Amino acid sequence: MTAIAEGPARTQRAPGGQARTGRAAPEQAAPEQEAETVTMAGALNRALADALADDETVLVFGEDVGALGGVFRVTDGLAARFGETRVFDTPLAESGIVGTAIGMAMNGLRPVVEMQFDAFAYPAFEQIVSHLAKLRNRTRGRVALPVVIRIPYGGGVGGVEHHSDSSEAYYAHTAGLRVVTPGTPGDAYTLLRLAIESPDPVVFLEPKRRYWAREATVLDHTGPALDRAVVRRPGSDVTLIAYGAMAGTALEAAEAAGAEGYSVEVIDLRSLSPFDDDTVTASVRRTGRAVVVHEASRFCGYGAEVAARLSEQCFHYLEAPVRRVAGFDIPYPPPHLEDYHLPSVDRILDAIDSLQWRETRGDAEAGR
Amino acid sequence: MASIAPEMPAPTRALGLLPDDTPLTLVDADGRAVPGDLDMPADGILLELYRRMVLARRFDTQATALTRQGRLAVYPSAHGQEAAEIGAVVALREQDWLFPTYRDSVAVVSRGVDPVEVLTLLRGDWHCGYDPYSRRVAPQCTPLATSALHAVGVAHAARLKHEDTVALAMLGDGATSEGDTHVALNFAAVWQAPVVFFVQNNGYAISVPLARQTAAPTLAHKGIGYGIPGVRIDGNDAAAVYAGVRRAVVSAAAGGGPVLIEALTYRVEAHTNADDATRYRSQEEVDSWVPRDPLTRLRRYLTGRGLLGDQAAAALEAEAEAGAAALRERMNTDSALDPADLFEHVYAAPTAALRGQQRELAWELAAEAGDGEQTR
Repeated sequence: MTAIAEGPARTQRAPGGQARTGRAAPEQAAPEQEAETVTMAGALNRALADALADDETVLVFGEDVGALGGVFRVTDGLAARFGETRVFDTPLAESGIVGTAIGMAMNGLRPVVEMQFDAFAYPAFEQIVSHLAKLRNRTRGRVALPVVIRIPYGGGVGGVEHHSDSSEAYYAHTAGLRVVTPGTPGDAYTLLRLAIESPDPVVFLEPKRRYWAREATVLDHTGPALDRAVVRRPGSDVTLIAYGAMAGTALEAAEAAGAEGYSVEVIDLRSLSPFDDDTVTASVRRTGRAVVVHEASRFCGYGAEVAARLSEQCFHYLEAPVRRVAGFDIPYPPPHLEDYHLPSVDRILDAIDSLQWRETRGDAEAGR
Repeated sequence: MASIAPEMPAPTRALGLLPDDTPLTLVDADGRAVPGDLDMPADGILLELYRRMVLARRFDTQATALTRQGRLAVYPSAHGQEAAEIGAVVALREQDWLFPTYRDSVAVVSRGVDPVEVLTLLRGDWHCGYDPYSRRVAPQCTPLATSALHAVGVAHAARLKHEDTVALAMLGDGATSEGDTHVALNFAAVWQAPVVFFVQNNGYAISVPLARQTAAPTLAHKGIGYGIPGVRIDGNDAAAVYAGVRRAVVSAAAGGGPVLIEALTYRVEAHTNADDATRYRSQEEVDSWVPRDPLTRLRRYLTGRGLLGDQAAAALEAEAEAGAAALRERMNTDSALDPADLFEHVYAAPTAALRGQQRELAWELAAEAGDGEQTR
């Protein structure tokens, strides 16, 4: 445990919390290929294009993914390049998109489908939960469904009602699904390629507020496996556990906390299901403190599972209760109020501050 | 896989999507041939339809008996619907796919799936006991209408792969109220996918009669809203069901797009053995369907034409009885289930967490078995 300096009082509480320091640069791969600067949307587009080029059983379909290139342009140019039998618009019905993807996968294809927005995926919920997730199990492994469902999710983009849900817990709760979400452009490429190659159905959650985040990176899919978390920033005092858009926010908070004397480790979970117990518990056993950060409501949110697992697996290593920094237990707010709801750097810093440091410091001062 | 098809031409839709005023029929309730649009199947096919209906009815009776003996958790009978079930299945080609519901066990058996594997679901041993790829039969679907979309997906993929495959999606009258029926009809129509939607209108969705499901003139009328031809068939006339489904399969396979067929039939038994049909329908109503029985009807026709003699009929009954006896014997054993299997097919490979839970269960079972050495 490093010595902890008392941070300055934080009195300003602008909604969304102005970050007290600049954004931390994500870890960069040591490039053998030349690094390029890409947005997350661009990286996802490249992943789709490369998958379509590498495997002719891959199909991309959904609403407005053809000529328009998707409302977020993630499928831009794919229909023109690969033809409208491989990249195409469907009628507007999400259960139909997922339901027919299931049938196509039964018949040897690898569909990658897009739900236009998080909350608009709910008409497909029955197909996802009762069929996509279960068909392998129902048939004792005889039917595999390599389907990827891409879902732009989360808030922070000023979207009106039903455009900002964090629906990950619904999917993560469902056995048979893999649920992944990238935090960086480079990882968006890697994870999407791995998701398309996976023999299991994957719910691929894209943090839409990071679509235009840029990163200088090498796009390849030789990175960590689909089910592994990564340490984005090493530290020794406390572990921040985040995913999706909040991975970036957690890195900002870690940088700010560093200025206050905390050494903060940041884990980007990447895979919400299955959960990478090894990486997370190893970190928390080392730091002794943990804060889970997500946009979704706290009650029965993903952080509840993380906190429960940490108390089961790291109890004797913990110096303080596991804290959750999460959205309030409210329907997603209108855009002019969303910054009050979303976890901010300051809220994360407050949570770090609350992790019973004084007791530790007192012990240290007493000569421990 | 073969290369993906080039862009498909926009379909040209003809008028004439509405069903005829009277259901298509080839053999009336008295066993007489009725002239009409459909061609009477060849004698060999008619005999095979009759044979399979006899086997199906005996299977159905045996399965219901197995519920009383505690060998099946539940059984939804298809008694009275044999012409629809068998006519549709015999019309399919080997390369086609069948998407059955929970009521269509006799169709799955008739498609060639081992009856014990078919009853695995209803026995409570596993959710699906057969390999869907062995006879191209999807798992029997318990939620309503959801599998119709899977049928559309299989059919569309077949077209993209230049495979000559048609998918037949079985639905009930109640399922036509579900959203996925609408979505499946619409997707199939827009894509001109080779799908036959086969609705067995047996009058009831558990207890709720058709009049409370729809205000449409008939269920087949729903096709026009999607640009799909709607066809009504006398669902107790196996010859007409076979001919009508066969025509739809041939048309869909030739690129003619999907067809919606409504087969008019009647569920003679209750919804399942656990249901009490006297609470919602009269015995008079049930009795009124006895003269329209699908087996009686085809037997009269075959007998009248001298195609089925007493000896052949008796041989069929014996074959059915032997099948039932074999089924009874094979079902009259306790299932050998391994609880460790619970964790094996959730993902392609079990996750570390699932392996851990598998071990926990193994310890629990070992402790219950009185293994004194085992500690938790």
